[in-house]
Amino acid sequence: MPDKQGKEARKIVETRYYNMPEGEEFVLESGVKLRELKIAYETLGELNKKKNNAVLICHALSGDAHAAGYHRGEKKPGWWDDMIGPGRAFDTDKYFVVCSNIIGGCKGSSGPNTIDPSTGDPYGLSFPIVSIKDMVDAQKKLLEHLGIERLLAVSGGSMGGMQALQWAVSYPERVVSCIPIATSHKHSAQQIAFDEVGRQAIMADPAWNGGDYYAKGHPSAGLAVARMIGHITYMSHNSMEKKFGRVLKKEKLGYEFTTEFEVEGYLRYRGDSFVKRFDANSYLYITKAMDYFDLQQDKKLHQAFKGVKTRFLVIAFSSDWLYPPHQSKEIVKALKMNGIDVTYCEISSDYGHDAFLLEFKEETKLVKHFLESTFRKLGK
Amino acid sequence: MISKRKEDLRLDHKVIGDMISRGSMVLDMGCGDGELLEYLVIQKDVRGSGVEISEKAIYECVEKGLSVSHGDIDSGLTEYPDGLFDYVIFNQTMQQVQRPKDAIKEALRIGKKVIIGFPNFCHVSARFQIFFGGHVPVTPSLPYSWHDTPNLHFLSIKDFKRFCSEQGIKIEKSVFLSQKGVVSFMPNVFALNAIFQISNK
Repeated sequence: MPDKQGKEARKIVETRYYNMPEGEEFVLESGVKLRELKIAYETLGELNKKKNNAVLICHALSGDAHAAGYHRGEKKPGWWDDMIGPGRAFDTDKYFVVCSNIIGGCKGSSGPNTIDPSTGDPYGLSFPIVSIKDMVDAQKKLLEHLGIERLLAVSGGSMGGMQALQWAVSYPERVVSCIPIATSHKHSAQQIAFDEVGRQAIMADPAWNGGDYYAKGHPSAGLAVARMIGHITYMSHNSMEKKFGRVLKKEKLGYEFTTEFEVEGYLRYRGDSFVKRFDANSYLYITKAMDYFDLQQDKKLHQAFKGVKTRFLVIAFSSDWLYPPHQSKEIVKALKMNGIDVTYCEISSDYGHDAFLLEFKEETKLVKHFLESTFRKLGK
Repeated sequence: MISKRKEDLRLDHKVIGDMISRGSMVLDMGCGDGELLEYLVIQKDVRGSGVEISEKAIYECVEKGLSVSHGDIDSGLTEYPDGLFDYVIFNQTMQQVQRPKDAIKEALRIGKKVIIGFPNFCHVSARFQIFFGGHVPVTPSLPYSWHDTPNLHFLSIKDFKRFCSEQGIKIEKSVFLSQKGVVSFMPNVFALNAIFQISNK
């Protein structure tokens, strides 16, 4: 079937790298200047002649540039493949989709696990603290390199949604539409608290060694615990009850400290598989960036969106208690106070925060048509 | 996006469509599947948005390219600045809000004009059903039984006029409808639905 092969061939993607030209500087929000900046990115679809069909996808904590399609020889697609591809919500037959690994990440972009040119060793904790705004500024550099001045849309879930919001606030003239999903305009005390427990789990692992472990052995136990905590916050009470309940792995209780309940086994498995693909220091940097995120600061939130002309589609999920719908509603209210064109939907779901990766049918209904009408209005 | 032509619209939507001037900014509270908004956006060049409680209806609106907000009317009104809209529409939704008086006051704060369409409780068939039937009336504009109605408030054309005069609200336009067309003779008896355009005095 040549057609199917053709379609499959189109879905093969590869990671590319942008290196900031020598002599340029990348100034972080903290004031620290980076002389080297590397950004890993992937693209799908084609940039049109008018260069007005570019869509930037921003990933969440554990994501990477591989949002959709397949790497050659791989069986598993990118992390948001259900949403991105030919005929999908982010239709790669119509739009040019870009996704890059964030600065501070560990999937090919500059971060604590990349080599510090001044020492020849990984940066570790000498890598400067980065913010959501820094992630956005790094993406902006990449987009300028790709010849994209204006985005048809910027979208992402969770921390990806924070980047999308930051884009609209920092560079409103460069963003036609913004689709923040399951996110918040600032981390609450509870959100900071969960991040801090994750960080402490990593830092309490002796192997962490003040962040200097690349030549020795990674703090896998600490990172696994951090991930386990994360996973608890990504699920809802109902989704955990449905998936695990009190089901045991063995036939009966063994009266011993082994992995007895299904839910324990699941969390262990999630933790163990995460440490194989993620850097512990990166986990510290990224959670810190989320905790620092606060679009409002000492203002009223609606003042943060003053002058923004971007069109918004805000999506939340009913059972998401990590980024609950009331936080999205606050964003929507602030947008309305500015007379900004906004669509809001609270998708009814049992999946908790994970819903933004799982409820793709409902998300597609919203995103697909929202993008189409935005693109159509642009042509007028 | 192909919108219905005016001829194909529901009668009440046609009447409301005629009240709204071209190119204005409109908020439809309880916009349902967005039929009226879509018509206004395409045929009258309005900048429109809606508020709707049903998730399914939100998907239908987004499919039509409309901007809608998922939420209830009572809390939805407070989120807009003063005078943002030329028109705020409550079509067949005012009788379902918790506090109609507050909702109308809020609507008059955020909109220069407010259009309200509601079923007339004192239609002749309702009067007969109460008087001779001895039961709560079920009419084409009030089609629900007492136990499954979404309506919280029941009012007549006379009630609404009295309310406006008490509250110092100006009635700019009013149209009264039967199932087939406009009713001009004794509307409080013969109209199934009423549509008012009001503003602050």
